Amino acid sequence: MAPKDPLDDFITATADALALPIDPAWRPAVRTHLEITFRLGRQVEEFDLPDDAEPAPVFRA
Amino acid sequence: MPLDLAEATAADIAEAAARGETQARAVVEAALDRIARLNPLLNAFTNVTAERARLRADAIDADRAAGKPLGPLAGVPFAVKNLYEVKGLPTRAGSKINRERPPATQDQPLIARLEAAGAVLVGALNMGEYAYDFTGENVHDGNARNPHDPAHMTGGSSSGSAGAVAGRMVPLSLGSDTNGSIRVPSSYCGLFGLKPTYGRLTRARSFPFVASFDHLGPLARSARDLALAYDAMQGPDSEDPVCAGRPVEPTLPALARGTDGLRIAVAGGYFRQGLTADAQTAVERVAAALGARREIEIPEAQRARAAAFVITASEGASLHLDRLRTRAQDFEPVVRDRLIAGAMIPASLVSRAQKFRRWYRERVLALFDEVDAILAPVTPGPAPRIGQQTMMLDGAEIMLRPNIGIYTQPISFIGLPVVAVPVPLTPLPIGVQVIAAPWREDVALRIAHALEQAGVAQAPKPSL
Repeated sequence: MAPKDPLDDFITATADALALPIDPAWRPAVRTHLEITFRLGRQVEEFDLPDDAEPAPVFRA
Repeated sequence: MPLDLAEATAADIAEAAARGETQARAVVEAALDRIARLNPLLNAFTNVTAERARLRADAIDADRAAGKPLGPLAGVPFAVKNLYEVKGLPTRAGSKINRERPPATQDQPLIARLEAAGAVLVGALNMGEYAYDFTGENVHDGNARNPHDPAHMTGGSSSGSAGAVAGRMVPLSLGSDTNGSIRVPSSYCGLFGLKPTYGRLTRARSFPFVASFDHLGPLARSARDLALAYDAMQGPDSEDPVCAGRPVEPTLPALARGTDGLRIAVAGGYFRQGLTADAQTAVERVAAALGARREIEIPEAQRARAAAFVITASEGASLHLDRLRTRAQDFEPVVRDRLIAGAMIPASLVSRAQKFRRWYRERVLALFDEVDAILAPVTPGPAPRIGQQTMMLDGAEIMLRPNIGIYTQPISFIGLPVVAVPVPLTPLPIGVQVIAAPWREDVALRIAHALEQAGVAQAPKPSL
């Protein structure tokens, strides 16, 4: 039996949690896009920001 | 000599109308004739508002006959991307799902502002579904086609906005730009396109995509027409919480001032990598014409593009989550699959991207202490063929769709104003970004106008 892929498990679990139906035919493309997004997201995460960094959108009451 | 109404710019038409040398009705009828003849090939229009346009044109002609002053865009036909609300039309936003909506009860405010200046709306334009697109392909309404070669993409997502103007159906259109959706089709179709500063033009009553990055703006065949339209559309709007409270700052009076005294640099590093020979040539020509010898590094541009990608996918998915749950099969498949993936991005990642965005903004704004404008490519190359899935960059074959916007995303990420200027290479044109500091659209438009006067930037005429 092939080892379970964490990303496939993540897609299944997240889709269930969000009540988001995914046709099996769509999964390869969803997986590809998620891989790209996480790869790009790592570039963002790796950048060292101070704890007091403010996000760009700031709400003013 | 009578005005060539297909080639005439918006400024030409308005001046001729003001002098009484042409009637708005005649201009509008000529535009409707061109749409009827060319749209079956180019597929730029999804709706033609002929009856409304004729009534509006007749009202302008009646005003002139009565001696009333005409607006700066009198008699100019224009059309809008179909995510703008147009009274009487459902706002389909390129989708199958939205066309079931009831017709809009009012016009989007920028339409109203252009019409108050005398322009005449003639229709709504094709676009990539829900604006999540750089190609101009659309399974619901058919692909928009590039007037310079209909086998090629217009670019997207403001696909019809570019095809209609490059194809000489109208001299002016409105589009939207979240990550490059005005600049990319301007590049592929050889047009001038303005993405104003984030918050400059009201987005009220337009169908959104990514609230953090959505901008509206014009496309035209001259820098003067961009300035005319932009000046008519500025101003606060309490309906859009993002719209700035700034007064109107007209750009037209200083448009022809030239570039003396402006410090212009070329973006280096990231923006020099992965370019085709055409894109390199275009940037070099523009830089040479402006005497821009300095190279400047936009820090962390690649990371900025990555952060823009993450925020786009997440905010876009959030917008469409309910529709993904109930109507997933009615989406364009390439859009649906990206949105589903976007719904799964952890919030912690999106928050980091927004924090990085502020860091990046501060660093990039500091560059404008040293320069007034920065030049950068718009697209890695000229328009790909319709249906093309991959492109070659630096000798490697990479996926086309996610990489068309690699040079535009780091700029809209922090809302800087940009004019995309067309360089008329053959067989296909390609654009260059003229990037200015926030609220300095005047600087980017002056440079675009100077390049046009020098013959370096030009909207080439297609052989249709």
